[in-house]
Amino acid sequence: MSNTILIPTALRQFTDGQGELTVDATTVGQALDQLVSQFPTLQQHLFNDDKAVRSFVNLYVNDENIRHKSGLDTPLASGDTVMIVPSIAGGL
Amino acid sequence: MIRISPEHLEAIQKHGESDYPYECCGMLFGTFDENKQKIVHEIFPISNAWEETTKRNRFLITVDEFMQGELAARKKKLDIIGFYHSHPDHPAVPSQFDLEHAWPLYSYIIIAVQSKQGKEITSWELNADRSQFTPETIEKELTNV
Repeated sequence: MSNTILIPTALRQFTDGQGELTVDATTVGQALDQLVSQFPTLQQHLFNDDKAVRSFVNLYVNDENIRHKSGLDTPLASGDTVMIVPSIAGGL
Repeated sequence: MIRISPEHLEAIQKHGESDYPYECCGMLFGTFDENKQKIVHEIFPISNAWEETTKRNRFLITVDEFMQGELAARKKKLDIIGFYHSHPDHPAVPSQFDLEHAWPLYSYIIIAVQSKQGKEITSWELNADRSQFTPETIEKELTNV
């Protein structure tokens, strides 16, 4: 079992410049746990203080948003790709 | 530091004025040089995705729009290097809401629009520990693109 995680440009400074990383996980949550354990400074950019995924962090398994699947419990098969995609918000 | 042409700054100003009293928003396509400084090559206006009542004081670029922008930038061999938005009738300084939703690395250009007139333009970058924004120098310069 191995899976690829695609890291957006904004977060590559926390992964030693790497845009693609390999993990060995059975769920998206497990893949993120492995990622953060390897690169702990990613934690604050991916998760809020309640350890939930920040609302403007979007996670895709292949081309499907995990919000439309089982969230962090979405299963991963060998070869699946997890993509981290930002959405952008701001204002007054 | 972010380098941007006067023409692109003017386009951002016009977008802010035309969308007033709503917030405008858009992406900045460009490159990072060897010192990680940014050079804007193109601006990519986005339609503010919030509903009518919210977009007076918020902007949203959805994940679908982000992915479309990413593909458009890649076709031109450029990166998304930041975003711009307007603050209608408020100064060009980031809010707590901006801070909570910001990503590191990117430039966040803000234009203050007072009574449909563009005023000051500032640029900001999120600190790596998410604690605050740091002001970023805007260098007005013509690009060769």
